[in-house]
Amino acid sequence: MTSIPLEYYLIVAAALFLVGTVGFLLRRNLLVLLMSIELMLNSVNLTLVAYNRVHTESHAGQIFTFFVIAIAAAEAAVGLAIVLAFFRVRKTVRSDEADLLRN
Amino acid sequence: MKSMDVVELVFFAVATFFVLGGGVFTVAARNPIRSAMGLLTSIVGVAGMYLLLSAEFLAAIQILVYAGAVVILFIFVIMLLGPSAMSERDTKTAISRYLAAGVFLASAGTALVLLARMAGAATKFAPAPAGFGHIEAIGHELFTGDLTPFELSGALLLVAVVGAVAVARGKQIDPTLHPQAPDAGPNALPKESAK
Repeated sequence: MTSIPLEYYLIVAAALFLVGTVGFLLRRNLLVLLMSIELMLNSVNLTLVAYNRVHTESHAGQIFTFFVIAIAAAEAAVGLAIVLAFFRVRKTVRSDEADLLRN
Repeated sequence: MKSMDVVELVFFAVATFFVLGGGVFTVAARNPIRSAMGLLTSIVGVAGMYLLLSAEFLAAIQILVYAGAVVILFIFVIMLLGPSAMSERDTKTAISRYLAAGVFLASAGTALVLLARMAGAATKFAPAPAGFGHIEAIGHELFTGDLTPFELSGALLLVAVVGAVAVARGKQIDPTLHPQAPDAGPNALPKESAK
């Protein structure tokens, strides 16, 4: 499995990160914001695994990806709990309704 | 050997389509359930790329954790919120629209510069050593050199579970402490925060 060069993976990962960033900046739905964060984490994971495929003497990139996946799962759990708590207070999931601290 | 290359290229193209199409669908869909399905598609595409990069263990973990846990959690929350999880048409987003356009243009420009510089100098992979990306090799590294972060991530997951339960549960009135509490249900809110 060696016919696809490294740069193709990096381009796909960069495009996916871009999609996640633009979604995070444009959308106002808290759930979609969390999903955009997951997209960005996935693109970084893809970059790590692709570079690990170049330097095959250790599995540092893959193990780092393993930890990133664990942290992403924790982040999704806590983030969705915050969305639920926010919904209980404001009856909406729009992020610009989160203005209780605005004077 | 030549036909294997074609198979790989087709696999890579399909995976790319899944990754980017799913990502765009996630960001563009009005209905969050559709966003979650786009996220699922994107995650499956990334798992396919892990297979191409001889990271079989990570591909399995990706499907198990992301598709099996994270996306299901998203769908649970969307179902719990019901119709109010839908996005209305976005207004008042002018600043972040310009910001997003700026980010898009800047990174597209950078990508074009990088593409022009790398033209003709693609990095080909050497054949992977035997056992690369298998669970045995990764487990060996994980349980020798990286044991401390592994244990810490276990503690992190425990704290995250407790924190998620504590945050999502909200304030509850303990009936054993306030036997004459006004007839509030177990999930009743204090009056000032119910809006």
